Amino acid sequence: MSEFFHMGGYGSYVWSAMAIFVGVLALDAVAPLIKRRRVLRELRARARRAQKRNEESV
Amino acid sequence: MNPTRKRRLVVISLILGAVGIAATLTVFALQQNITYLHTPVEVLAGKVPADARFRLGGMVKAGSIQRAGDSLKTGFTVTDGDADMAVEYTGILPDLFREKQSVIATGRMENGRFVASEVLAKHDENYVPRDVAEAMANAHKKHDIPEKKPTAQ
Amino acid sequence: MNPLLLWFHKLGSPPYFYRLAGRLLPWLWGLALIGLVAGLYGGLVLAPADYQQSDAFRIIYVHVPSAWMSMFIYAFMAANGFVALVWRIKLSETLAMAAAPIGAAFTAICLATGSIWGKPMWGTWWTWDARLTSELVLLFLYLGVIGLYHAIEDRRQASRAAAFLALIGIVNLPIVHFSVKWWNTLHQGSTVKLFGPSLIDGRMLWPLLVMALATKLLFAASLLSRARVDLLELEAGKEWARQVALAGERT
Repeated sequence: MSEFFHMGGYGSYVWSAMAIFVGVLALDAVAPLIKRRRVLRELRARARRAQKRNEESV
Repeated sequence: MNPTRKRRLVVISLILGAVGIAATLTVFALQQNITYLHTPVEVLAGKVPADARFRLGGMVKAGSIQRAGDSLKTGFTVTDGDADMAVEYTGILPDLFREKQSVIATGRMENGRFVASEVLAKHDENYVPRDVAEAMANAHKKHDIPEKKPTAQ
Repeated sequence: MNPLLLWFHKLGSPPYFYRLAGRLLPWLWGLALIGLVAGLYGGLVLAPADYQQSDAFRIIYVHVPSAWMSMFIYAFMAANGFVALVWRIKLSETLAMAAAPIGAAFTAICLATGSIWGKPMWGTWWTWDARLTSELVLLFLYLGVIGLYHAIEDRRQASRAAAFLALIGIVNLPIVHFSVKWWNTLHQGSTVKLFGPSLIDGRMLWPLLVMALATKLLFAASLLSRARVDLLELEAGKEWARQVALAGERT
């Protein structure tokens, strides 16, 4: 097992390359989720404002 | 297709065509002026101005590597198949540096020797497992096939 | 109108696309993840070490698929930009702009992992050779498209200007691809060829192809996630967006 992490002496190179690949793509996957929460919050606020206006005008 | 869209299609296609032609011309121009490296033949033919720093490319000649015992100084011969050039380098060599390996050395000519300040190893596009490489080497020996001639760098 | 064209028009409608993408997404993410795990396991564990580079060659399994994606996504972005400019289809604008950050991510991965691979094998982190330089230009093109898109206030005008820049930058793609052929460079030529035999052993090749497929799926998943949110934002005033937001509140 330790041989697997050692990678014939190139462990630090191979594993840092893997970490960059996984890390950057994980950020890429999370970004739309964060934006989605923000957009939905804004949309709900907008809907509430519209409702309030309607009630006031009635 | 309605006329507005047709016009947009034509205009954008024309712009793209123009940019494409410009890029093609630039590439052609760069191909003539920018050379990443020179081979020993070119250097000996005087294509490189004296005292200029340039990159020398070629293969490390078999049996030419001489390592100094007490320092990081290494001497070896770079060949392109037609001409040889002695190279001198002091420093740590890349892991792929070995005989018959393509290398690119950066430096300048000093008294007929190329004194390098950096040596990079070029690797080829072939990936072969060790067992296959050994089997291939054995087969070549058995059938007496001369080793693959290096591609000119 | 023929059925295919009709389906295209339907797909172009934001609420329809939003629902369709929502149904596809779990599958895309799931398959992409399975592919990535299988490809990396194959590349890091099952594939034999290279006779010259030993285990360092395993960086190929993240470097090369990322390099392919950096070009594939650019072509996708430019094609959508073209449709957006000529036919002014909102979905194409959204897709083109959603693809840009994903492409930039893959390009950055390609450059970073290539650098990490170059240090032990070539002996340098970076050199201004034609392949490395043109790939760096590709990253700047992506950043330019993203930057231009965010610099203009009006969303639709912004996406058109950015699409135009993306379209112009497409001339860089053949330069990236053929740079190793046209110039004498440090970077080696292509190993895996679309036409003709690949210069890599079969046991080393299959994980690479699995990774290529997995990164395509990952791109599709990320693209649809981003496009969904962007459409929701772009059509904030529309009734369908309001319904989506209120439905989300209940669950």
